[in-house]
Amino acid sequence: MATQVVMPKLSPTMEEGQLARWLKKEGDKVTVGEPLAEIDTDKATMEAQALAEGVVRKILVKEGETVPLGAIIAIIGQPDEDISALLSQAQSGEATAENKKNIDESVKADGDGAQTELAQVVPDGARTRATTQGQPLKGETEGTSAGQEDKPSAKATEQPTQPRGDSVKASDNGQSSQAGGRLVVSPIAARMAAEAGVNLQTLTGSGPGGRIVKRDIEAAISSGKLRANSPQEQPQESQAQASAQTAPQAYVAPAVEGASPYRDVPVSTMRSTIARRLVSSIGPVPHFFLTTEIEMDRAADLRRQLNELDAEMKVSINDLIIKVAAAALVQHPSVNASFQDKVIRHYERADIGVAVAIEDGLITPVVRGANTKSIGQISREVRELAERARSRKLKPEEYTGATFSISNLGMLGIDEFTAVINPPEAAILAVGAMQPKPVVRDGEITVRQIMRVTMSCDHRVVDGATGAKFLQTFKKLLENPVLLLA
Amino acid sequence: MAVITMREALNQAMREEMHRDENVFLLGEEVAAYQGAYKVSKGLLEEFGDQRVIDSPITELGFAGLGVGAAMVGLRPIIEFMTFNFSILATDQIVNSAAKMLYMSGGQFKIPIVFRGPNGSAYQVSSQHSQALESWFAHFPGLKVVMPSTPADAKGLLKSAIRDDDPVIFLEQERMYGNKGEVTEDENFTIPLGVADVKREGTDATIVARSLMVPLALKAAEELEKQGVSIEVIDPRTIRPLDTATIINSVKKTNRVVIAEESHAFCGVGAEISAQIMEHAFDYLDAPVVRLSGVDAPMPYAKNLEKLALPDVARIVAAVRQVAYLD
Amino acid sequence: MSELKVTPLKPRAQQGEAATVAAKTTVIEGKPTDTINPSNLREEHKRRQNQQQARISDTDREALLRMLYHMILIRRFEEKAAEAYTLGKIGGFCHLYIGQEAVAVGALAALRPDDYVLTSYRDHGHALALGTSPDEVMAELYGKAGGCSAGKGGSMHLFDADKHFLGGHGIVGGQIPLATGVAFAAKYKGTDQVTLCFFGEAAVNQGAFHESLNMAQLWKLPCIYICENNQYGMGTSLERSMSLSDVSKKSGGYGLVGEFVDGMDVLAVREATARAVERARKDSLPSLIEVRTYRFMGHSMSDPGNYRTRAEIEKYQERDPLKVFSANLKQKGVINDAAVKEIEDRVRAEVERAIKFADSSPEPAPEELYTNIYANPIKQ
Repeated sequence: MATQVVMPKLSPTMEEGQLARWLKKEGDKVTVGEPLAEIDTDKATMEAQALAEGVVRKILVKEGETVPLGAIIAIIGQPDEDISALLSQAQSGEATAENKKNIDESVKADGDGAQTELAQVVPDGARTRATTQGQPLKGETEGTSAGQEDKPSAKATEQPTQPRGDSVKASDNGQSSQAGGRLVVSPIAARMAAEAGVNLQTLTGSGPGGRIVKRDIEAAISSGKLRANSPQEQPQESQAQASAQTAPQAYVAPAVEGASPYRDVPVSTMRSTIARRLVSSIGPVPHFFLTTEIEMDRAADLRRQLNELDAEMKVSINDLIIKVAAAALVQHPSVNASFQDKVIRHYERADIGVAVAIEDGLITPVVRGANTKSIGQISREVRELAERARSRKLKPEEYTGATFSISNLGMLGIDEFTAVINPPEAAILAVGAMQPKPVVRDGEITVRQIMRVTMSCDHRVVDGATGAKFLQTFKKLLENPVLLLA
Repeated sequence: MAVITMREALNQAMREEMHRDENVFLLGEEVAAYQGAYKVSKGLLEEFGDQRVIDSPITELGFAGLGVGAAMVGLRPIIEFMTFNFSILATDQIVNSAAKMLYMSGGQFKIPIVFRGPNGSAYQVSSQHSQALESWFAHFPGLKVVMPSTPADAKGLLKSAIRDDDPVIFLEQERMYGNKGEVTEDENFTIPLGVADVKREGTDATIVARSLMVPLALKAAEELEKQGVSIEVIDPRTIRPLDTATIINSVKKTNRVVIAEESHAFCGVGAEISAQIMEHAFDYLDAPVVRLSGVDAPMPYAKNLEKLALPDVARIVAAVRQVAYLD
Repeated sequence: MSELKVTPLKPRAQQGEAATVAAKTTVIEGKPTDTINPSNLREEHKRRQNQQQARISDTDREALLRMLYHMILIRRFEEKAAEAYTLGKIGGFCHLYIGQEAVAVGALAALRPDDYVLTSYRDHGHALALGTSPDEVMAELYGKAGGCSAGKGGSMHLFDADKHFLGGHGIVGGQIPLATGVAFAAKYKGTDQVTLCFFGEAAVNQGAFHESLNMAQLWKLPCIYICENNQYGMGTSLERSMSLSDVSKKSGGYGLVGEFVDGMDVLAVREATARAVERARKDSLPSLIEVRTYRFMGHSMSDPGNYRTRAEIEKYQERDPLKVFSANLKQKGVINDAAVKEIEDRVRAEVERAIKFADSSPEPAPEELYTNIYANPIKQ
């Protein structure tokens, strides 16, 4: 039965792809998992794999051509099969739109957090396969058994259980083996996969609802490629999970270029309950707020000195706040984290998002690794990012993936406010105006530069005391910036 | 070997066992002078006399209890229910007396008795006369429940049931009394209770069927063979104790199971087999077990509705295709 | 008065004592068996006293002493069982036989050792009267391995194969078809053994009773059906549950012999049973005997008994079968106080020993849970 090959979604941000090079030509035999073409995405050149067995019957996209996700780029079928219906469908663009819609929905279903998580263990191509293979093929009839002799894996007795039209059934249900983030697999298939070292995540189930069944494993085993690429991935994942229970896990590289490496700590049952209950109480991110007053005289002195000593320096109080926040985050890793449903993700670096008001909106450029940068560096970077933000020239990776954010409305004369967390970050600091206020020091009334900050916390990650301790450190550092040298 | 009907096979079994042991007697409604409502006891009255082949009044609770009492003091009664629909009246004696006597007497009184008769659907006799009750009896420890599907099995199993020292519920099928098959004339031939029979070997899916469903399952298997699907048909033959091992071994081989039964699905024998498979062969399943049971409604009279109420070959084929992911 | 005129809604007790005890003559082969005249109870008691004394004269001393011993044994055993029950040594249901001793003792005194006996759950007395060791009966009540049913039956399910005691059965009337089958087997095998089947009057309303009587007379089975009519089916009086409350007359519906007997007279019970046994043994015929008795205790140990008055119980206690029998024996000079004391002492020692035995008997081993389910277990 003929199968359409579509422009696969090979990166989370990919909208369209350019066909760089065909690795097969019309008439070539292909097996499942064999590279079919090279695709240029917005990030890299990647391989698109064949998802069905047969012969490349028709190539629909020329090398160098750019097509949207889900566009049919080729048709794989049996040599003598009638593919005219599929062809006309492809050319009408009908299937493309539907494919695109399905892809979008599957991405949505994966969820933001799960998306990058999954990307770690599953090659993007494989994930795409589950959602794009075997779209409903109108007018296609099943039941041709031609070419069965070619299948190396098929036991004589199991011939009828080999794919044929089964993927149609699976996609009729509009589901994939990984629908809802859960792998649907029959017990015997799971067992065989474990024994043979087949990575289930790389498979598409041919059973109802996309269930991975015995024949899918048999097919995977017979296709050498799947077997070869699986052993490293699967054990690695389970190893990582196992070690997370005991020793801290090493930080892993992120999917988004430039983003902070991270390590995932499994969400405990209690934590999961807290998360669920709080969310049901107030929206998806359960906020709570901590406010403190900070005496800014020393910080203001430090800023003045820095700017006086170096003509190049244009350090703002906000730059100091960024530096101090980053330093405090390093001391309080549980605040430098995000809630990822099954895990709490702790970040290695403090990547601080700085809210910048722009016309018609707000954007939050990220100062990467603020904890490792000098105040001067931070200052220069913030100024440069803000400038480009206002001219809307920021690249996505420059305004996504912060681990903590700061919003400062002090320059607008706001004394105190609360900010809304930018998910999946666990907290955001709302900074008010610094102003002289009478305070009591050593029993006497005196005037000090006072600034009020309010931290909004994601209660699923940060509890009251955790946030308070962070703020304590933050306040202490800001009131005694000399400690940054310590 | 001779080709005889199931009716004749059952008759032979009783005749042989009555010759073998004078403590064996047959009692039930119309078993003697009438020669049996379904002619299963044909000729026995002439051969053994009215002291051993006894026509009972229509008094199911009474004669079931009478049989149990006689068994307490050494007789080996065969109690025939004209149909098992009427055994419902006798369940107190079967369940409370026969099944429990050995246990609550601390092992002092065994009950070697066979309750036999047709069970399951008949032709157009509506709700009260067309029902399968095996799950009722199979529920109770202390009872053994047997359901033959061929003349040879019927003979071998009934002989074992009569020789057995425990109460045996022996469930025949009215629609199958005329079914023919090869049966040995060897009087020493018996089939042990508690042993399932692989009626057909195959590799792609297992059909567990009993009684009336066995010939249907075999027909379905032939059909499926034409479609290239290799089917194993297992007939448990004894429902309690159930030969779980044979079923599990088959599941380990085929990974897919369809259970065909006449009885209602809810709390039925199919549910039990399905649970056993889940408990003992979960990791070998490639698809959820499918039960193909009598519909969840009383048996209707109308011919067309009656046909719809029971599994048939086409539905068994479809169920197999479902578990084998062929549709 | 004719019982057919009785309206079910109106309790017969309110229509005068006459109706309750008016077990009118039941005819066996044209001869009346017994009657109770309720109009003058004092006179009636006197008459019955004379009757029993006359029977004493006709009975050999050894048999009389054996019956007295068994009645005292049952009485003291049951008293001790009641105590043990309140101490939590005995669990579940515990139906005592106090007040009904004359029935089991009298009836079983008419049997041969190879005859069979079945009864309901009120079975302690029958087991003891048959000679089952009090040790084993008490141990069974205690749920111990040394019990006569190995601790698996309990109070309601005493069995003793050696004594041909085929059980206490828990479903009202359930033992009646069984007994019919035992009698059937005796006839089938050509022995002259008879089967005694005891049951309460409430069982008479069960289909099993009617089905059994029909089969027994139809097939001429040597089964004797003894209805222990203690006048209460748990808390429901006879009048409130039975349209025709003369149980012995039910035999007429099936054409078998029916007798009515005063259950407070152990010798009357023995005599009536003996007649039935003879019919069964010689002619293989069944009989129905209604034995009018009274239980002095509740239905079971957990019965508050507020469905009958203290006065009613006391009225019957005047004719306590043990007191009556003991007094008549003394009056007839069969025994003296010393002899009674000797029996009482012996019984007391036996019951004490039974309690000790039951206490010290081990609990059934856990593996006993799965034994005796099948005589021919099939390994899976």
